[in-house]
Amino acid sequence: MKEIDYLAPSSLGEAYAALQNGKTSAFLAGGTDIIVQLREGRKEVDQLIDVKHIPELVSYAWTDDGGLVIGASVPFAEIYEDDEIVRRLPCVIDCATLVGGIQIQSRACFGGNIGNSGPAADTVPALIALGATLTLGSADGTRDLPLEDFFTGPGQNVLGPGELIITINIPPQPANSGSFFHRFIPRNEMDIAVVNVGARIDLDASGDRIEGARISVGAVAPVPLFVAAAGDALVGETPTEDSFARAADIAAEAATPITDMRGSIAQRVHLTRVLTYRALDRALERAREA
Amino acid sequence: MPRRTHIQTTLNGEEIDFLCEPRQSLLEVLRDELGLTGTKEGCNNGNCGACSVLMDGRVVNSCCVLGVEAEGAEVVTIEGVADGDTLHPLQQCFLEEAALQCGVCTPGFIVAAKALLDSEPDADEGRVRHWLAGNLCRCTGYDKIVRAVLKASEMEEVSA
Repeated sequence: MKEIDYLAPSSLGEAYAALQNGKTSAFLAGGTDIIVQLREGRKEVDQLIDVKHIPELVSYAWTDDGGLVIGASVPFAEIYEDDEIVRRLPCVIDCATLVGGIQIQSRACFGGNIGNSGPAADTVPALIALGATLTLGSADGTRDLPLEDFFTGPGQNVLGPGELIITINIPPQPANSGSFFHRFIPRNEMDIAVVNVGARIDLDASGDRIEGARISVGAVAPVPLFVAAAGDALVGETPTEDSFARAADIAAEAATPITDMRGSIAQRVHLTRVLTYRALDRALERAREA
Repeated sequence: MPRRTHIQTTLNGEEIDFLCEPRQSLLEVLRDELGLTGTKEGCNNGNCGACSVLMDGRVVNSCCVLGVEAEGAEVVTIEGVADGDTLHPLQQCFLEEAALQCGVCTPGFIVAAKALLDSEPDADEGRVRHWLAGNLCRCTGYDKIVRAVLKASEMEEVSA
């Protein structure tokens, strides 16, 4: 690794100021990607800005209306060890427990997984299904945007120079709502998704009619997909094998995967259909338990 | 001479300070600056777990941590696992169960397993296997390692 400077600002203001010194910068949170990228020469910067001393980035809190605001650098382990999050937002736990092994989960965070913007990022379909937004900050101020609008290509996103992810904001979930995330990999742990899917189902008070649904699929396009049409097709329907199968077909039609070492186009399209169906089915179970 | 940063940290229960370059990983600092070569370099990219150490009670890959990040932290390496000349139950059980062959992955396995048993002394086989998924061993086929961890978990010193 070439020589670098290391800065550990204790506020967003200090971090923004550190970006103004004319040097090229990268942010350091869990370090599980950036340190390896720098060491292997895949990225080169003059300075690393460690954001783990900025209070907004390393804390999380429930909002008064029942939403959850997660600082971008809170490690996954801290999230899934919180019993209240486990109980209230199991879909967040589904993805947080799947990224890497225990060593990675001790350090890696939502902000890093999102900021790296890999098409197969495991936290993204789960968070899109939950309707998450991001708060981005720079010296010019902050802006919020839906997570599905963040990605522009493999490893690419809308972050401007000197801009960082401050929080991931999960809105309050509807009363009779359930969400589920899962992925397909050829082994039980420690692999990158061949396909991953997050789904949310909102039922009416009777539990027989679908009022809303959100479906997101990863690793089947240059960016994680929010397949609005698949969710919309379920609105007004009853939760049945037929309606789920139709939504799964729409999700599969939206997939434009490539063939690579992890899977072929045909396998990924097939998996999109199967995983979407199963994610809906499990989301339904959770909605009925809610 | 590259600029070096002064870092204060607690290492294996002892308050120490050291100088390092910001680009040095914690693994490099432990091995090259502090002479603690028990922690091994395997893949050096966060996949194999051979360099596992505890940082503020959590198991991390020290190849994916910068030495400068250890400022104010509590770090425990394999050298801090035994109590003087008395082996930790995990170390004793690894020997008894022949849970090592070439030995390069062993310190990482023991440190990671210690983190598990410290917080979940009653972990079952499924939990042990899941927890250790981030530690790779190319020799043993894992069964002996898992047996050693489960045996250690049944010993009083661990569950106490």
